[in-house]
Amino acid sequence: MDINTLRILATIASFAVFLGIIGWVWKRRNTSDFKEAANLPFTND
Amino acid sequence: MQVSNSQSTTYNDSVVRQFSIMAVVWGVVGMLVGVIIAAQLVWPELNLGLPWTSFGRLRPLHTNAVIFAFGGCTLFATSYYVVQRTCHTTLFLPSLAKFTFWGWQLVIVAAAVSLPLGFTQGKEYAELEWPIDLLIAVVWVSYAIVFFGTIGTRKVKHIYVANWFFGAFILTVALLHIVNSAAMPASMMKSYSAYAGVQDAMVQWWYGHNAVGFFLTAGFLGIMYYFVPKQADRPIYSYSLSIVHFWALIFTYMWAGPHHLHYTALPDWTQSLGMAFSLILLAPSWGGMINGMMTLSGAWHKLRTDPILRFMIVSLSFYGMSTFEGPMMAIKTVNSLSHYTDWTVGHVHSGALGWVGLVSMGAIYYMIPRLFGQKQMHSMKAIELHFWLATVGIVLYIAALWIAGVMEGLMWRAINTDGTLTYTFVESVKAKHPYYIIRMLGGLLYLSGMIIMLWNVLKTATSGKAAVATIPPVVAHA
Repeated sequence: MDINTLRILATIASFAVFLGIIGWVWKRRNTSDFKEAANLPFTND
Repeated sequence: MQVSNSQSTTYNDSVVRQFSIMAVVWGVVGMLVGVIIAAQLVWPELNLGLPWTSFGRLRPLHTNAVIFAFGGCTLFATSYYVVQRTCHTTLFLPSLAKFTFWGWQLVIVAAAVSLPLGFTQGKEYAELEWPIDLLIAVVWVSYAIVFFGTIGTRKVKHIYVANWFFGAFILTVALLHIVNSAAMPASMMKSYSAYAGVQDAMVQWWYGHNAVGFFLTAGFLGIMYYFVPKQADRPIYSYSLSIVHFWALIFTYMWAGPHHLHYTALPDWTQSLGMAFSLILLAPSWGGMINGMMTLSGAWHKLRTDPILRFMIVSLSFYGMSTFEGPMMAIKTVNSLSHYTDWTVGHVHSGALGWVGLVSMGAIYYMIPRLFGQKQMHSMKAIELHFWLATVGIVLYIAALWIAGVMEGLMWRAINTDGTLTYTFVESVKAKHPYYIIRMLGGLLYLSGMIIMLWNVLKTATSGKAAVATIPPVVAHA
């Protein structure tokens, strides 16, 4: 395989992963998990 | 070596105290050298005619001292402070953490001695010669072990977003440093880069821009994500946005380096790629800035009374400003005007003095009283004074260099009707003289603020005593 094909595939795969992350975050945006994580700095007081 | 720390009931803050104090001390030293070289640009005779005090040797001393000594100590201190408190556990391998402190101080001292003596690899922000590079690599790997070990032994389910940023900063800086510093030693203090020609330049600016992206951005965003919510006493505006912010930054920053090599021997497509990714970077940068600022939503009144919060929020404004200016300057046509001028220097300082400096100061002002068992800093009035000295200093500094930079850029490209250059180079240097004076005064104001901070920190530390913070039990919370 041409090295450039490999580079193109890697770039597209990275972009797909990033879109996947956005989708994952969007689906979970109102879950208690994120709320719990966001409150971690306040569990020491 | 003390290996097991899982039974410890208190946080390990002694190394945090050491790094915090030294951050302020090195801040004063690094900024003092900055003011000296700014004065040398106004009055060249100030180099005293000695090789050790010449601009070419003191300038890397200034950049290394402010980035790696002041910025580095701040990052060590805050990351160790934050990772323990958000993981509900003490530092992994405390003796290795202690080694990172002494090892890092040794690196700084080695830099402070070797740079004025003229030992350099000639790579910007990576000047230190190979024996010091090796020591940096050892200290950095130890830092990674302590940090990720602490995360690995955490008592809570989630890894707080600040730790993601700190973690990315630590991993990436290790990678950048090791790749860019690869060299063939010729003698104890002389080496040759492993790369040649334009590839050497590209590796250098892949390193250089990611030093900005991961050392001076990701690390300090870690600070922002913990200390802004703490000081504002409300959780981060959007946790979802923080995750998208993180990954967008990670996927994009790595590619922006070529914008340092516009119109050079670097292939044109590489330059365009660097420009495109630099433009994309605006989105995650502003996403992060908005996330930090909006944390204050509903609590804006706190800015009136709380100078520490003001340090952090004004810092975010400078972050927003310089991450708008940066992508704009990365556009090739804009870069043809700005490159090699003082506009670049002004841009760097709006990021460094405004964003990195102010957020560090805010975080250190937050930590110091807590680390020394005090209710607040020795003098809140002095913090207020520091804030205004720093802010006015930055504005003077960057405004002067905007004018000087754009002016010299225009002078260099001005041509007469017969095609000859309108100005000689020295005419552009001469025209900058008044702006160099304003820039030096701006730097002097910024330095004065830092000296006041040192006094305030030492007063707070000596009137208190090392505080022992116990690790609270993990309770289920909504």
